[in-house]
Amino acid sequence: MDEMRYETPTSVNAAVKLLAGEKGLAKVLAGGTDLLVQMRGETVVPNLIVDIKKIADMKAIKKEKGGFRVGAAVSGAELGEHPELSKMWPGVVEATELIGSTQVQGRATMTGNLCNASPGADSVPALIAAGALAAIAGPNGKREVPVEQIPVSPGKTSLAKGEFVTSLFLPKRPKKSGDAYLRFIPRTEMDIAVVGCGISLTLDKAGTVLAARVALGAVAPTALLVDAAANAIIGTKLEDAALDALAAACSAACRPIDDKRGTKEFRIQIAGVLARRVALIARARALKK
Amino acid sequence: MPDDIKLDKELKVVGHRNVRPDGMDKVTGRAKYGADLILPGMLYGRVLRSPHAHAKIKSIDTSAAEALPGVKAVVTGKDFPDQPKSKPPYGPMIQDAWDATRNIIAREKVFYDGHCVAAVAATSDSIAKQALKLIKVDYQILPHVIDPIEAMQPDAPILHEDQFTLGVEGATKPSNVFRIMKAAKGDVDKGFAEADLIIERDFKTKAVHQGYIEPHACVGNASEDGNVEVWTSTQGHFVSRNQLANLLGLPVGKIRLTSSEIGGGFGGKIPMYGEPLAVRLSQKANRPVKIVMTRDETFRSTGPTSGSHVWMKIGVKNDGRIVAADAKLYYEAGAFKGAGIAAAIGCMFSEYDLENIRIEGYDIVSNRPKVAAYRAPGVPMAAFAVEGVINQIAKKLKIDPVDIRLKNAAKQGTVNVSGIKYGPIGFIELLEKVKAHPHYNTKLEKNQGRGFAAGYWMHAGGMSCASVNIQDDGTVTLIEGNPDIGGSRASMAAMAAEELGIPFEKVRPIIADTSSLGFTFLTAGSRTTYATGMAVVEATRHAIKICCERAAAVWGVTPEQVKWEDGHAKPASANVGDFAPLSLSELAKKAPMMGGPIAGHSEINATGQGPAIGGHLVDVEVDPETGFVKLLRFTVFQDVGRAISPDYVEGQLQGGAIQGLGWALNEEYIYNDKGQLVNAGFLDYRMPVASDVPMIGTVLIEEPNPNHPYGVRGVGETPIVPPQAAVANAVENAIGIQMSELPMSPPKILRAIAADRLKAAE
Repeated sequence: MDEMRYETPTSVNAAVKLLAGEKGLAKVLAGGTDLLVQMRGETVVPNLIVDIKKIADMKAIKKEKGGFRVGAAVSGAELGEHPELSKMWPGVVEATELIGSTQVQGRATMTGNLCNASPGADSVPALIAAGALAAIAGPNGKREVPVEQIPVSPGKTSLAKGEFVTSLFLPKRPKKSGDAYLRFIPRTEMDIAVVGCGISLTLDKAGTVLAARVALGAVAPTALLVDAAANAIIGTKLEDAALDALAAACSAACRPIDDKRGTKEFRIQIAGVLARRVALIARARALKK
Repeated sequence: MPDDIKLDKELKVVGHRNVRPDGMDKVTGRAKYGADLILPGMLYGRVLRSPHAHAKIKSIDTSAAEALPGVKAVVTGKDFPDQPKSKPPYGPMIQDAWDATRNIIAREKVFYDGHCVAAVAATSDSIAKQALKLIKVDYQILPHVIDPIEAMQPDAPILHEDQFTLGVEGATKPSNVFRIMKAAKGDVDKGFAEADLIIERDFKTKAVHQGYIEPHACVGNASEDGNVEVWTSTQGHFVSRNQLANLLGLPVGKIRLTSSEIGGGFGGKIPMYGEPLAVRLSQKANRPVKIVMTRDETFRSTGPTSGSHVWMKIGVKNDGRIVAADAKLYYEAGAFKGAGIAAAIGCMFSEYDLENIRIEGYDIVSNRPKVAAYRAPGVPMAAFAVEGVINQIAKKLKIDPVDIRLKNAAKQGTVNVSGIKYGPIGFIELLEKVKAHPHYNTKLEKNQGRGFAAGYWMHAGGMSCASVNIQDDGTVTLIEGNPDIGGSRASMAAMAAEELGIPFEKVRPIIADTSSLGFTFLTAGSRTTYATGMAVVEATRHAIKICCERAAAVWGVTPEQVKWEDGHAKPASANVGDFAPLSLSELAKKAPMMGGPIAGHSEINATGQGPAIGGHLVDVEVDPETGFVKLLRFTVFQDVGRAISPDYVEGQLQGGAIQGLGWALNEEYIYNDKGQLVNAGFLDYRMPVASDVPMIGTVLIEEPNPNHPYGVRGVGETPIVPPQAAVANAVENAIGIQMSELPMSPPKILRAIAADRLKAAE
């Protein structure tokens, strides 16, 4: 049987070199809450595991240009315990904190959630709504892309051989901005989103929506940024008609499947219901700022 | 916490909240479960399972697996002797060895996704897993059927070509219906003719798994001299030993089974799965073999309980008095006969005093794992229908849901459909307690609803043995033979301590292996505290009798002149003489000089078990936009006879209720079009998690069973019977729509609301 290698590089360059040099399957290990489960179920059998937790800055949350840079190995619990970040991006934090259980939160990371490329990932719609950027290191140097460009289909990312995401950047917020995330699950925790919705918006002094980003999870092969939904509420005060238009745009954007977790019909309907609720929470948060 | 506990003042141990003797080791992790045994030279066993729902096995080639270095043995169906079919009349619990051997390892055909086809033992788990990939099985895939109604259709794929329906005269075509059981009382047609209102409904439930947290695990160790030792997580090691002897063609006395601690069973750890494989592999390899199932294997190849279709028709007078009840039950048995129709028939109407009943039950095989018992096996599906229709009747007649049940409640002297005449039974007291309870009288808000449902379980007696050894310092070792699932050791120790008049902590209960005690039937049917408890009391009284004889000898009086009180032998009256009482430890100290050790024993076949009736009250809030059902409040009322260990009785009531809630709301086996189970894990087989469930209140009604020295009825099964209907009735109360299909998952509720609005709009 092939032996599996486990490496703990201490620099980004060393990690890239290991990942690029592996002929078989190389996997990045941050929290491991997806990878270890996949290995146990034998759906992923890596030849090389590169644990990035020993690399400087992977566990750091740093202020940058008025926003925050979150290292790829920062756990959900660490994120939630960061008061300034939680205040600036409550929707992103609440989405990340929905992943798994308290125990899982001690390990699970936003970056891992993004790179696992599950359409149901909770933090991803919130990150997309937030306009977050993913910093990537690879054999050809560094690059930065909007998070929505990372997952391309269930389980697949746009990362090239040898590349990995080193951090996520959450930008600075204008005044009167708020974000929120809700998901639907048939239980109260420990489940995978049947539908997820993240919205970030900015209001003017009169309470009119100046800018908005709306993202949906679990209703298509990847999380969706729904411009039509954002346009439905920009320029409105989230009156009933605007919320109806938002819900309709969200439902129209869905391209779901029937599976063990929910039906097409149900997902399409719930996407609209959640969007209305999320928009109102985001607005309430924006008004407090 | 319980709302109300009735304690007899004179009892010092029984009925008190004693700390369970197995508790500390379970909390610290020291307790040894099925997978915890490691023996020198032990091999790791793995099972190859069918990916097909129904297929003929044309050939199995194990040569490449056997050639893999580290593989020490491979077995297939050919390594087990074939067994004869059982012949009618069949009991309600069919133990057909022909079926059992084929369920453990396939012979001619595989009957479900997950069916065991072969097993290997290797020096490491990873080699064993690799070996499975080298076994070549040539299958001829056959059409499959899962739903019981589809399985009854004339063109359905037939699982067993030699199965002809019992109960149908002159059946000439093989059928997936193993048998039709019928039961009746009175004249149902006459009853319906007299009814003012008749309600008729269809109900459906999905197969659900027991969901015990510990997967099946065992170690088999066969010696060269023909002795076999097995360590396993089981609900009945004596029963398993006898079956193992039969399946492997070994003398019973050669086999010794030890039951590990058990991480839940709920009926699902009555059948054997890995044990015969581990022993056969061990015989071939001459080394111990451990087999531990994964969660995926547990879902695909063990349990579950039947999916069902139930047709129900009930007729009432305008005052709510039920005059006729008619039902047809269609239950999936899985690959082999034995769905819980007999228990369902015996229990479904039995909390009511009804004159006219007719029930037909269909035991139907289909391509899914052979059903195992699951807590009051078979009854919850039927109760879901009964209590749903009664709820509809109460609504139509504008009668309070508890009042309609009071109107029809069984009482002392009621005769049920099985002809059983009740002794004292606490249903009326229970219903009155429900009405008086604050839960029943709080106001509900918008989108909220309240539901009530009742349920009945008959309980079991059967064979049990116990020994009580008085050690030379007066401490006591209590030996019994029932694996402790729900705190039974605490109850056994409490009853022994109560009898002996000594503190609870002085009694250490031990669960003996099958070679150390006489046959003891399963930990199942809520029989343990009743039947084995009786054996424990009898064995303790036997030891006390010896103690009194010893005291009599010391004092030079007759044994009749000695009484046992507060842990001491005392003169029975002042006339006997003025002797200082002799304590248990003083008598134990004298034992070597007075005829030897003091021990009592008992071997019984218990009868006289009393049924238990429960009533569940639940408040829910339904989100009309998502169909999500939030549980707000839940109270379990049950006639428990007597709670020997109130903590563990309440735990049983709460645990049963939670399992019923999962069954009601989200749990189901989901199959793809190939008949493969697609949600074989706790992520997608949605059992309730802790945050889904409110603190479940319990109200213990204690109407003692006169046939047990402490009034025990048994408590574990009843609490899973009412919750499905209670939740459905609460949802109905909230949204005005009766949900007649389980699980009441959000998509189903949302669809029902939409359909209802459409209907209203028309």
